[in-house]
Amino acid sequence: MNAFLSQLLNGLDKGGAYALIALGLTLVFGTLGVVNFAHGALFMLGCFCAVTFRYLITLETVTLDPEKLSPWGQPVEVRTPLVQNWFGDFGAVLVDYSVPISILLAIPAMLVIGIAMERGIVKHFYKRSHAEQILVTFGLAIVLQEIVKAFFGANPIPQPIPSDLRGAADIGAWFGMAPHLLTYPWWRLIYLLFSGLVIGGVFAFLQFTTFGMVVRAGMADRETVGLMGIDIDRRFTIVFGLAAVVAGVAGVMYTPLLAPNYHLGMDFLVLSFVVVVVGGMGSLPGAVAAGFLLGILQSFASMTEVKSLIPGIDQVIIYLVAVVILLVRPRGLMGRRGIMEN
Amino acid sequence: MANFRTSRRNLLKGAGAGIVALGTPHIFTRNAWANQFCNDPGSGKIVFGFNVPQTGTYAEEGLEQLKGYELAIKHINGEGDGGLLKTMKPLALKGNGVLGRKVDYVTGDTQTNTDAARDGARRMIERDGAIMVTGCVTTGEAVAQQSLCQEMGVIYMSGLTHGNDTTGKDKRRYGFRHFFNGYQSGVAIAPILAAEYGKERRAYHLTADYNWGWTQEESIKNATEALGWETVAAVRTPLGLGDYSQYLTPVLNSGADLLILNHYGHDMVNSLPQAVQFGLRERQANGKNFEIVVPMFSELMAVGAGDAVKGIIGTQNWNWQLDDEGSKTFTKSYGEAYGAPPSQSAHTGYVQAILYADAVERAGTFYPPEVIKALEGFEFDGMGNGQTLYRDTDHQCFKEVLVVRGNESPSSRFDVLNVIGKTPREEVIYDPSIFGGELGPYEPNQC
Repeated sequence: MNAFLSQLLNGLDKGGAYALIALGLTLVFGTLGVVNFAHGALFMLGCFCAVTFRYLITLETVTLDPEKLSPWGQPVEVRTPLVQNWFGDFGAVLVDYSVPISILLAIPAMLVIGIAMERGIVKHFYKRSHAEQILVTFGLAIVLQEIVKAFFGANPIPQPIPSDLRGAADIGAWFGMAPHLLTYPWWRLIYLLFSGLVIGGVFAFLQFTTFGMVVRAGMADRETVGLMGIDIDRRFTIVFGLAAVVAGVAGVMYTPLLAPNYHLGMDFLVLSFVVVVVGGMGSLPGAVAAGFLLGILQSFASMTEVKSLIPGIDQVIIYLVAVVILLVRPRGLMGRRGIMEN
Repeated sequence: MANFRTSRRNLLKGAGAGIVALGTPHIFTRNAWANQFCNDPGSGKIVFGFNVPQTGTYAEEGLEQLKGYELAIKHINGEGDGGLLKTMKPLALKGNGVLGRKVDYVTGDTQTNTDAARDGARRMIERDGAIMVTGCVTTGEAVAQQSLCQEMGVIYMSGLTHGNDTTGKDKRRYGFRHFFNGYQSGVAIAPILAAEYGKERRAYHLTADYNWGWTQEESIKNATEALGWETVAAVRTPLGLGDYSQYLTPVLNSGADLLILNHYGHDMVNSLPQAVQFGLRERQANGKNFEIVVPMFSELMAVGAGDAVKGIIGTQNWNWQLDDEGSKTFTKSYGEAYGAPPSQSAHTGYVQAILYADAVERAGTFYPPEVIKALEGFEFDGMGNGQTLYRDTDHQCFKEVLVVRGNESPSSRFDVLNVIGKTPREEVIYDPSIFGGELGPYEPNQC
């Protein structure tokens, strides 16, 4: 039972990440009709917003101590952190909480990156075929990752969890179970909560604001909305920026779980597309539902008991589910008629 | 009937001429090899091929290795401070190149990919005329390149490869490994694990699902089970997986009290911090503190894993903080050149290039069978690992193996691993037949 609950929690947490990434992808596809293969790169850029922020607030002055020599005979570097020097304890807290605080940097940065990407490249491919859109956005993803590699190197750059949030929560004890029977890392629980809040926020934005209403109307019938005198293109550009922000903040909060490296976007790209296809192209609730479904299934498929019954199932479960769903429901779980069918 | 008569003088002249005529081919035997092997430099350039991952998963390790090779070339050619040419014993190199000629080199990018590694090595041999190819950061790259080199008759000095197969079932006459292997890690780490964690442990293995992971898991299982430990489960994880959470949650309820991560590179950089995040190190199981072991460490991995590496035990081929003359000399040379201490990847690359060059110098020729014979059974010292033997039966180096622990209070960003034990060479020697394989013929092919 504990093993089951642990895996369920793990599946929800994993699903939260999948849903967040797939949400932005679906948003772009649903509004602009663009298959954005650079979406994984946006997630990766979000991760590097956290890396950049931490780099900036841990800047040090480096002086050489001529009295101490390194093993190769050069004076030893003495490093003094600037932020801690300037702000004392507050500076130390800033450094400790660098990951969540870097969301403040990531939101404007990703918005600008998203809008620039849409205005600079993607908009020129609105009327092109999906194959051409895939080619150009995939190329863009490679360019972005190579730029990141040139600046940050190829090695992963670990980002720390704030010291108060390290370790695991004894969830079992909350429900009267014996200590340590059901534990789960605090940060992963926070990520689950965070993904729920972001997903809820995006849905609320689209459902309860005038901007959201126009966007939804544009998703349903772009031409009619345009004929009503609404500049739908401008709104869709902002939606692209919003999708970049969602991917970016998902990346920021993921950095303590997975040390960022330049290739991270590609690792998530295929997975997020499977989530979108299973959920139904262009369906936001479908993307979220599929994210959680696939996360949970992947988690259970990795249990030793399941693997001993069907060896290797953990590595194929997601694709197996995608095949079955596409056979049974070709439009995906919540796909709409007419999307990507002409 | 002809009257055949000769004087004693003519007989002696004839006999002398005959001896000279019969001996002539032997006098010129070395020159006769000139047309019998691949990329004979003749009077042209002497080219070494450095084929390392410069992109992909293990790019950082590869780039470190490349720095080691480039430094070795400088020292072989008599530039810089001479490095380990000052400490290596016995030494045939004179600091004026190889056989009195300067060495040049070409570099390639294996992209941390077996096929790209093989293609790169082939290009170096066919296009660049490399007389020797060296470098890798995975066992797959090593095995692919040394098989190709065997076919083409070019010696391959592997870089960082830890799987047993490189000098086991996939060993080749033209392939040589200085780096230690999984078996040696198991033998070296077992006594330290017994002393630190006792002889009654229940271990859970998470193993990267590829050649190196399997051999490492097998070696560590054999070594720990010999101590009396029980293996609860050995679970294979996909190579290059980012999030290990679904494999870590089953550990919590498995009844294990120790997790062994048979992961390397990015796999380990991700799995170890995640295991720590799951609270495994704060956990009690079977009345003991839960522990994590990473049998194979590198400095770059340790830096990548951040604080999670503190206190974790593993093994290393070499560490820059060793206090023997060779290690100190190499650290100084490398530090002066690059402003940072060398990694074990840089060290093994540097040593391999020097060892090949020295073997050519001792053989007096580039003819591969003679160079191979010069390396086989070669015993040397002063390269940072104590007295070392290049065993002739499998081309594996035998030297002491280091057991290290993640530094709890590092004094600098380079001070990530502490050496806590050295297992003598005699204890890590094994019967080569346990891993099977055939070295193959000496005779070179024409490339």
